[in-house]
Amino acid sequence: MTQAPLVSLDRVNLWHGPLHALRDVTLDVRAHERVVVCGPSGSGKSTLLRCVNGLQRHDSGRIVVDGTELSDRPEATQAVRREVGMVFQAFNLFPHLTVLENCTLAPLWVRNMPLSQAERNALDFLDRVHVAQHARKYPSQLSGGEQQRVAIARALCLAPKVMLFDEPTSALDPEMIQEVLDIILSLAEGGMTMLCVTHEMGFARRLADRIVFMDHGEIIEQGPPESLFDAPRSDRLKAFLGRLLR
Amino acid sequence: MPTEAVSGAQRRFLHRVWLTWAVLACGLAWGFSGLHLDFAYVGQKLPFLLGLTLAPDGFIQGAALTIFVTACAMVLALLVALVTAMGRLSHNPVAFALATFYASLFRGTPLLVQVLIIYLALPQIGIVLGGLSSGLIALALNYGAYLAETIRSGMLAVPAGQREAALALALPRWVITWKITAPQALRLIIPPAGALFVSMLKDSSLVSIMGLWELNFLAQSYARSTYHYMEMLIAAALIYWGLSIGFELVQFRLERRFGKGVAVPGGR
Repeated sequence: MTQAPLVSLDRVNLWHGPLHALRDVTLDVRAHERVVVCGPSGSGKSTLLRCVNGLQRHDSGRIVVDGTELSDRPEATQAVRREVGMVFQAFNLFPHLTVLENCTLAPLWVRNMPLSQAERNALDFLDRVHVAQHARKYPSQLSGGEQQRVAIARALCLAPKVMLFDEPTSALDPEMIQEVLDIILSLAEGGMTMLCVTHEMGFARRLADRIVFMDHGEIIEQGPPESLFDAPRSDRLKAFLGRLLR
Repeated sequence: MPTEAVSGAQRRFLHRVWLTWAVLACGLAWGFSGLHLDFAYVGQKLPFLLGLTLAPDGFIQGAALTIFVTACAMVLALLVALVTAMGRLSHNPVAFALATFYASLFRGTPLLVQVLIIYLALPQIGIVLGGLSSGLIALALNYGAYLAETIRSGMLAVPAGQREAALALALPRWVITWKITAPQALRLIIPPAGALFVSMLKDSSLVSIMGLWELNFLAQSYARSTYHYMEMLIAAALIYWGLSIGFELVQFRLERRFGKGVAVPGGR
C-alpha cells in the first residue's frame, strides 16, 4: 500500500489582482521527501510555499497537509500550522525576546508545554544548530547566520512534520551561507520532510530528492536533480540554467 | 577595549551634561534671588499648593488635584485612543469614518474651546456636567485624538514579517497581539505618548476655569489676595516642572523596558 502524501496540492490557483500567481499547481510531497523549488524570481515559488501553511489563501484547488485540508475554517489552518514549520528569508525572529524565549513561545502557547520542559526542549534544538551558547542573548546580538539557525531551531521546537524554507540564505553574507546550508542538510539526513525554495543550485543538487522548476506561476518540469540539471527538456528551464551558468 | 572606550566617553559626556544643568540651575536660582521674593509667604502657602491638605469642601486640591486630573484623563484618553486607532486600522468603512471624523474634529479645534463647550454650552441643551467631569471629558477626548494617531503609527511600524512568523508558529491571535505586536508597537509609542502626557499635565490647568482648585487656580488666587504674583506663579511653575520631570523618568524607565533587544551596546 502506498502512503498518502504528507503535503498534497491539487490544481491550486491564486491571483494577485490581475496577476495569475499560481496556475494549476499540482504537487505531492511524501514523508521524508526533500523537494527543492527553483525558478526565476516572481515565478511563484514563495507564494507556493506560503499557501502550504495558509499564510496566503489559494483561490481554487485543494491543499491537504497531513490529512487536513486547508479551508476557510480557522481550526483547519491552525491544525496545519502546528505540523508545518517555516523558515523565512529575513529570519523574522522576535527582536524583543531572547533567543530562548523565541524558541519557547510556541511550545508554551500552542503545545501547552510546561516552561521547564519547553526550555529544555529549546536548548536541545539550539544545541543541534550550534547556538545554545547564545540562548540568553537577543537576536540583534547575533550574526545573520546565527539568527537564521535560531529561526530553524524555533520552527523545530514545535516538532513539525514538514519544514518549509523560503530562500533561507538569500539575506545572508556569503561567508555565513554554508553554516545554514549545513544545518538544513543535517536535518534532511535525519529524515525531515522538506519543501525548500533556494537559489543555491549546488545546495539544491545535494539536498533534493526532486527538483521542481517553476516559471510564471506554473510547474514547468520536475524530477531528480541529475536529470533536471543535466538533461533539461523544456526551453524555459534550459534558458534559466543558461542564465545561472553565465 | 573599544567598548570600554565608548562607555568612558559616554560617562564623560554625561558628567558634562549634569555639570551644565547644575550651572544653569544655579543661574536661575541667582536670578530669582535678585527679585527679593517673599519666601516666608511661599513657605506658608506651599502645603496648599502641593495639596498636602484638603480644600474647604473636603476635596483634594493643588498639585494633588492636578495629578489626579491628569492620571484620570490619561486613562480615559488611552481607552478612547485604543478604540479610535482600531477604527483607523479597520477595513469597515463606518468604523474608519467614525474614527477619522472624531480625530479630525478634536485635533482641529482648540482645547480651551472644547472645555468651554462641554462646561458652558452643553447646559444650554440640558446637559449639565460638573467641573471635574467636564475637564476630564475634554482632556480625554482632545488627547485621545492625538494619542490614537500615535498608537496607529506604532502598530503599523511593526514589520509584517513579525506577524507572519507568529502565524506560522500557530500562535493564537491574542498571543500574537499580546506577546509579539503590542510590545514592539509600545516601544515606538512610548516616547511620543510620554510627550503627550507631559503636555496634558500642563493643559490640566485649563480645568481651573471651571473652579477646580488645582495648582494653577490656587497659585493665582493666593497671588491675587496678597499681590504675591511673582512668588506664587514661580512656585507653581517649579511644581509643574518637577511633576513633568517625574513623568519623564517614568517614560525613560518604560522606554528601557520595552527597548530590550534593540541596539544592545557591545553587540555585533
